[in-house]
Amino acid sequence: MAIKVVDRRPLTWAEKTYIPQILAGLRITFKKMFNPRVTLEYPEQRPTIPDNYRGVPTLVRDPNGREKCVSCQLCEFVCPPKAIRITPGAIDESDTDRTHIEKAPKEFEINMLRCIYCGLCQEVCPEEAIVLQDIFSTNGYSREELVNNKKKLYELGGTLPDKHFKWNAKKKAAEKGNAH
Amino acid sequence: MDWTYIILTVLKAVIMVAVFMSIAGYTVVAERKVASWIQERPGPNRTTLPIILAIPVIGRIATRLGLIQLPADGGKFLFKEDPFPGHVNKFYYILAPIVALTPALTTMVVLPIGQVTEGCIHTPIVLANLDIGMIFILAFSSLSVYGTILAGWSANSKYPFLGGIRASAQVISYELAMGLSLLPVFMWCGGTLNLGEMVNAQSGLLFGFIPKWMIFFQPVSALVYLTSLFAETNRLPFDMAESETDLVGGFHTEYGAFKFGLFFVGEYAHVTMGSALFVLLFLGGWSLWPLNIFGVIDYPEGILGGVLSTIVFVLKTFCLIFFFLWVRWTLPRFRYDQIMHLGWKRLLPIAIVNLLVYTIGMAVYVKFFHA
Repeated sequence: MAIKVVDRRPLTWAEKTYIPQILAGLRITFKKMFNPRVTLEYPEQRPTIPDNYRGVPTLVRDPNGREKCVSCQLCEFVCPPKAIRITPGAIDESDTDRTHIEKAPKEFEINMLRCIYCGLCQEVCPEEAIVLQDIFSTNGYSREELVNNKKKLYELGGTLPDKHFKWNAKKKAAEKGNAH
Repeated sequence: MDWTYIILTVLKAVIMVAVFMSIAGYTVVAERKVASWIQERPGPNRTTLPIILAIPVIGRIATRLGLIQLPADGGKFLFKEDPFPGHVNKFYYILAPIVALTPALTTMVVLPIGQVTEGCIHTPIVLANLDIGMIFILAFSSLSVYGTILAGWSANSKYPFLGGIRASAQVISYELAMGLSLLPVFMWCGGTLNLGEMVNAQSGLLFGFIPKWMIFFQPVSALVYLTSLFAETNRLPFDMAESETDLVGGFHTEYGAFKFGLFFVGEYAHVTMGSALFVLLFLGGWSLWPLNIFGVIDYPEGILGGVLSTIVFVLKTFCLIFFFLWVRWTLPRFRYDQIMHLGWKRLLPIAIVNLLVYTIGMAVYVKFFHA
């Protein structure tokens, strides 16, 4: 192994007075004063959020505007802080568009005071219905305000592009009688 | 003594205190601003009132510059709850912040801020034109360390106590070098201790373009005095009394609300005072350089000259205050033993040798060349 001998000369007379070093330091700090500011002035300027950011969990609709959640309650079971509470309900008979699904949530509540933003609900969801999106700031005056109900969750979630159209494929397969 | 004279004097004193205190207060804001600029941040730029934002352009600029920060901070110090720890020595605990601020305000009595010329006679603008001005300032400004020591001791707690002890040791060490560095300056100025006359001694030019400022004649004195000034005002890199990195808050750890505010303003009042003094002693006060290169010899007569000289002096003082802040965010803090080493083994010998050299030099000059 090569040994590198570091050159440690004794300080020169000028260096012992510290004055050249102090002046050099002053020069550096003075130049810094004219550098562009690095501060992001938050409420007006927002940070760019990366795509896989884990923000507030939300419910999303599919591109047809139907709710994706089938009320399987996997997220409710997997949620470590027990922040999710789902009240399952049957799908209305008149809704011919969604006869292939058995259930939909009657009520869906996520308590943001309990949520730890772990993303397990998103990971476990077989329908890709619950997604942690880019909202990172929630606030309210009371505990009740910070429990997001179904309406709020869909408002926050909106519609995301679908890659699979899982139920369309299932429906087609059922009509054709193709059992894989 | 008639009443108008008394009323006028009191009025002048009140104006002087008000202006001085606001400059000291705005030094706090300037500190935060300079700190943030050096760290590439914008600094305090939000605090404002709707009525100020309503002023078209100026309101917005003032807000961005943090000019409204001072009333907000002051108001906060005034109105927040004043904590009073149960374990303190009550009398000295209350006395300490007062003792810390008072000397800075007292020394300003003999601080000339400009001059009025009437018929070729220069009268400095000053509250009390004392012939022992500089001695008065040296005597009073070192009193402020009692505030620090009393605070450290009366708080009856470990960190303030250490801070107080360090501050007292530091001030004693640097007071010597400071006094010795000033002696050659007094001699050079013809033995006067009156600050106004010392400024007059520095007017004029050397070789037609260098100002006759003391910093060019006595650079060593200026350096020693400036270093001691940093130590005396407890500014970084000599921040022994506060040393927030290892003593929590140092001497004011147990203080809060308005009492802390007094310490805080007191520190910056000393910075302002120190800068003004350095300008008077070494940077020629309100002398007219560089205008006197082009033949402008003196300020106009009367009020106009008074105002102009005051503006020049205040601007110079601001530059030096900026230098204080600038150094704070450049140099790291010394260790306690390094401060003692620098004070006793470096600055004091340098000051003594400097004094001897200048004394002998001046004596030789007067004996053989001047006569």
